[in-house]
Amino acid sequence: MSGDGTGEAGLVQLLDPDGARVATTENAAYRGRVATLTGDDLRGLYRDMALTRRFDDEATALQRQGELALFAQATGQEAAQVGSARALAPQDYVFPSYREHGVMQVRGVDPVDRLRLFRGQDHGGWDPAEHNVHLYTLVIGSHALHATGYAMGVQRDGLVGTGDAALDTAVVVYFGDGATAQGDVNEALVFAAVNNTPQVFFLQNNQWAISEPTTRQARVPLADRGPGFGIPSVRVDGNDVLACYAVTLEALERAHSGGGPTLIEAFTYRMGAHTTSDDPTRYRSREEEAYWRRRDPIDRLAALLRAEGEWDEAWAAGVEAEAEALGERLRVEVRALGAPPTSAMFEHVYATAHATVEHDRAWQAEYEQAMQDDDATLTEATR
Amino acid sequence: MATLTFAKAITLGLRAALADDDKALIMGEDVGRLGGVFRVTDGLQAEFGEHRVVDTPLAESGIVGTAIGLALRGYRPVCEIQFDGFVFPAFDQITTQLSKMHYRSRGRLRVPVVIRIPFGGGIGAVEHHSESPEALFAHTAGLRVVSPSTPQDAYDMIRAAVASPDPVIFFEPKGRYWSKGEVDLDAAPAAGILDTARVARPGTDVTIVAYGPTVATALKAADALAGEGTAAEVVDLRAISPLDVPAVVASVRRTGHCVVVHEAPSAHGVGAEVAARVTEEAFHHLEAPVIRVGGFHAPYPVAKLEHDYLPSVERVLDAVDRSLAY
Repeated sequence: MSGDGTGEAGLVQLLDPDGARVATTENAAYRGRVATLTGDDLRGLYRDMALTRRFDDEATALQRQGELALFAQATGQEAAQVGSARALAPQDYVFPSYREHGVMQVRGVDPVDRLRLFRGQDHGGWDPAEHNVHLYTLVIGSHALHATGYAMGVQRDGLVGTGDAALDTAVVVYFGDGATAQGDVNEALVFAAVNNTPQVFFLQNNQWAISEPTTRQARVPLADRGPGFGIPSVRVDGNDVLACYAVTLEALERAHSGGGPTLIEAFTYRMGAHTTSDDPTRYRSREEEAYWRRRDPIDRLAALLRAEGEWDEAWAAGVEAEAEALGERLRVEVRALGAPPTSAMFEHVYATAHATVEHDRAWQAEYEQAMQDDDATLTEATR
Repeated sequence: MATLTFAKAITLGLRAALADDDKALIMGEDVGRLGGVFRVTDGLQAEFGEHRVVDTPLAESGIVGTAIGLALRGYRPVCEIQFDGFVFPAFDQITTQLSKMHYRSRGRLRVPVVIRIPFGGGIGAVEHHSESPEALFAHTAGLRVVSPSTPQDAYDMIRAAVASPDPVIFFEPKGRYWSKGEVDLDAAPAAGILDTARVARPGTDVTIVAYGPTVATALKAADALAGEGTAAEVVDLRAISPLDVPAVVASVRRTGHCVVVHEAPSAHGVGAEVAARVTEEAFHHLEAPVIRVGGFHAPYPVAKLEHDYLPSVERVLDAVDRSLAY
């Protein structure tokens, strides 16, 4: 049930909503890709999803307390993000939109750094080169083109189809259902197709672009866009972390080997609001939310772990303690993030000196000094 | 020293840039086999290959957006936008992405992208082929906006633009593509050529500020004024952002009169910025208000009317007369 006309037909699924493994003739190849995952691997996926959920909860609470200007939750989309990101090779490069907290978790971007943007303390927050993760992009879909250009660069660097797993490089761009309506995403698909870029377009169809259902963006399943551009596409159950891992692994293999781009539509649901600014009760039903709550990606993997005897209470308590510690760290360290100095607004506008910036910087510094001098005089006078 | 057309000077500048840096590449619509609709990239694909001179899909946002990605990967893309009026599909990428990448990454990311835009009128073209959108880009922090007015500067400035670590919007006065001038292909370009104005003609009685296509108009007006005994100084801005305010102000302090000439509409334009800065910094030297000569607050007109829209020598002379009569 998604309330739209695009439906759930043709989704690759390896775990059903109850956490039981699904074995069909069609998913045999994908099953093969997860067959090698050990109990530790599965618990690792669970941990990343659980920490992502906790990150969301704490950040939302911080926003409610006025510590963040805005926050965009990933709750409900953990499987799509963690499953896909876990498939990446270290040298692969990620272009996220602004909700990819699960991807950040997997790539090791510091949790406090992830909130600098939302706190209004920094427009970025982390060093893209450190984790091979580009900065969050707020203009919907514009980064799909950056990813495509970057992938064209990777291609020029000769890092595709070398046969060396440590060298072959792919670029993954994350975007949402609303972004598929943007010209830039469509242009990115054109450029990617004609250049055969080593690229994965990872579309998280979370059913709602703020208040607009997917039916306002498309009349057909979004994955159907791919073939029109000459890009192979696959629809996957986005709440099934194993299926998301498997389809991404397949797409990355294609990209790494020189087979070109793939479009993945992860059919999922955002359980929260689009951001802390909107109220989902105005545009969607409780029944719909309940339907998706029963398909929770974290519960689903937990059920699998239990069914296969991989659930370990001591380990689970460890994950819970880790989540508690993460929450505590966010509560303390986000509040401690100070404002940058005023002069920071003039830094890095250009890579080289620019007379207009220098003019404005000098004016502002002089103004600030004059104000301080006035204050000092006033203090002196009233003493 | 060679005598070259303006267009050819840019071609040779691009050729030198491609030869200097194997990370530099040219991308755009029809830039390869055709050599661009104005033939500015003529012969470059034959010489450097399809890998360095790339014919792109017909999508301006795609051209600039993928150029940003290439730049993030360490390349130096030079994008050609076919005509001024076609830059707007890429406007979002230029203003919200290209201009801010260095800033929002706190200097960790560099996007040395050059966007070449043939701009301005006077060639009898159809709509969207004669516009002057430079103020829109100059108003955006993070972009360098320049326009050469001579073949020598075109050659030097395009090389400096490609070498710049910052994004550069490079406005080429298309009406001047076929004009010729002497070009020294071997001389080292003037330092800071993307930041500094040049005095195109010295004079003592009035300063005429211009850039790109109107420098030629200003020089013709100065010739006419010389015949009347008035020594006009013509300042060619070269850079629109940053504006070389000290150069303009120094000239106005000498002459006491300032006329700014550009093809773009006067309202909210580059001339308004020049007038404001001159007023702030040389008020007591001014013997008349700064006068603007530019386009009107109307869409660029049909070709049959463009001679009434574009700043003519007569309109510049009228502005100078009004200034001197104050």
